[in-house]
Amino acid sequence: MSEFTKLAIEDPANLIFGFAPKPLVTRRGMRIGGGVVYPEINFTLPTMFVNGATMPEVCRQYREMIDGVLKRACELSVPGLVVEFETLPPMTENPDWGMEVTNILLDAMHEAHAKEGLKSVLRMTPNDTREMVRPPVMRSGELWENMLELFDRSAAAGAELLSIESVGGKEVHDEALQSCDVGQVIFALCVMGVRDMRFLWPHIREIADRHNVHAAGDTACGFANTAMVLAEQKLIPRVFAAVVRSISAVRSLAAYECGAVGPGKDCGYENVILKAITGYPMAMEGKSAACAHLSPVGNVAAAACDTWSNESVQNVRLLGAMAPTCYLEQIAYDTRLFNEAISDGPVAAGFLQRWMVRSDIELDPQALVLAPESAVQIASAIVGSPNPYRAGVAAGLAAIDILSDAFKDKRLRIPEREVCWLDSIQNALYDLPESESEFMTEMMDQVDRSTFRPADYELD
Amino acid sequence: MDLSQLTDAIKSGNRKAAALLTQEAIDAKIEPRAILDSLIVGMDDIGARFQRNEVFVPEMLIAARAMKESMIILEPLLIAAGIRPEYTALIGTVQGDLHDIGKNLVSMMWKGANFNVVDLGTNVPPEKFVEAAKEHNPQIIGLSALLTTTMPSMKTTIEQLRAAGLTSTKIIIGGAPITQEFANQIGADAFAPDAASAVEVARYLVGPKAA
Repeated sequence: MSEFTKLAIEDPANLIFGFAPKPLVTRRGMRIGGGVVYPEINFTLPTMFVNGATMPEVCRQYREMIDGVLKRACELSVPGLVVEFETLPPMTENPDWGMEVTNILLDAMHEAHAKEGLKSVLRMTPNDTREMVRPPVMRSGELWENMLELFDRSAAAGAELLSIESVGGKEVHDEALQSCDVGQVIFALCVMGVRDMRFLWPHIREIADRHNVHAAGDTACGFANTAMVLAEQKLIPRVFAAVVRSISAVRSLAAYECGAVGPGKDCGYENVILKAITGYPMAMEGKSAACAHLSPVGNVAAAACDTWSNESVQNVRLLGAMAPTCYLEQIAYDTRLFNEAISDGPVAAGFLQRWMVRSDIELDPQALVLAPESAVQIASAIVGSPNPYRAGVAAGLAAIDILSDAFKDKRLRIPEREVCWLDSIQNALYDLPESESEFMTEMMDQVDRSTFRPADYELD
Repeated sequence: MDLSQLTDAIKSGNRKAAALLTQEAIDAKIEPRAILDSLIVGMDDIGARFQRNEVFVPEMLIAARAMKESMIILEPLLIAAGIRPEYTALIGTVQGDLHDIGKNLVSMMWKGANFNVVDLGTNVPPEKFVEAAKEHNPQIIGLSALLTTTMPSMKTTIEQLRAAGLTSTKIIIGGAPITQEFANQIGADAFAPDAASAVEVARYLVGPKAA
């Protein structure tokens, strides 16, 4: 495991779309983070069951989706395409089903390359099905074995980027969000989450190495995105969601400490912080992912992207075409604009970066913490900390500083009923103990221990 | 004794005050039913403020926790007086779906309205809903789903509940991808668009207005 102790990108101006200090080259010659932003498409089934009886229809749907997407990608002359296959739980539980779909996608991508010269790469994202039982069994059992089997078989078949939305710590985090308890958030993300990642990611890295593919990255989707959605629904304060986002970077960073090399997974909005730390390329999503969920970070999220994603869309008919094809078109045009700015040189690209940042950051605290300047500040706080726990506290405090300063300077609008939360979160962070062991003892007394298996987190 | 103080303690989520004032009310020989009503008024008030986006979930939670403190003291007297929660509600996230925040929020809201809530958890197969419904005889069943691929499980669950003879139990569905149209299609009695409205919807279905 290699820990990051300094930043790969220190100047916010260099935390920019299309360029990563450590680009990744795919078998078909896509250089992600090497001066081009690629579209990354993801799609899913319409409302239907996935079981043995429906698998023929499931396969037909995926064939229709990939064919439509690749045809449109060729028509629009995209420079390359990342296709993400984020499985549905039955496909991870039954690796044969997952592989049926994987092979459909890979065959179509191979054909599009052979016939049309379309460069593409498959990102394989099996679900983290370990939570299918409660409390989850994180380190053994059939669910774990099947998940690893799908990683292994898909990598052998040609899926070059391996990702996951891992769930370690979620057992505690959901409750922490509802209570807006920042101590429990840190326990879930920076203690439980990091420990689980440090168990999980060496396995993914080993599979990737064995098949000469890439361990790409993880995401705090089930954590910080849940916070973002709850904030969007006005169930929790936006300032709290912004702090959770900052802290979540500590958890997602653990994948890179264990050998992931990017591109980080699209729904990890914290990826901008991780890019500053690691220098690896990152997938991002924003305005063109409105098909999947609302977000207040539609433009700022693009400021440092290396692939630009639609998150996911159901295969339903829209006026233009089937939805995945329509969304491919949207992200193809988005990336065409990024790449045109890049081709005009750093000054032009810098203008576009700043416009995307400035158009969002005054309106929402969650956008402000993702601005390149903020990301570098939070990233510095993380790498300057002695352990993941203190890194979580430091990231949270850095976020509060950024938000409080901007609010005082009238650079950020915060709804009146949320203003008091700035102080309350800050005080809660200051009240946490200095030592990690003392913190863990405190937390183990506070959290509902029936929701997780302490041994799976080395907490017994 | 003025029970509005107890109501205020619930509204502000002051657990210590809620417990203290509940005990004082009991000592003052106030009817358990009246004490309970003052707690429910407090929860209704914060529920309404929550619905108007004036407070967040954590503020609701601390109010719910304050009510719980009061109920620990009050419950034995309610049982002795034969006062039971008016309604029993069963709730769960349907088979194949592990999302539980929305379900938990509805559960919290229903408990605040003094429903007896039986939470079956997540990934609940239809048979478990049927079994639990037969055991607890609820007036309301809440089904939650967040994934489009688990929405069909709601239909299966409703079919099995109806086939098991639970024809008068009111079924409410909810979750991000759920719509009123889908509720109509699968034979649900109602759709609750958010946790805050779930109490209103449930009361409308089984309360005096429904008669």
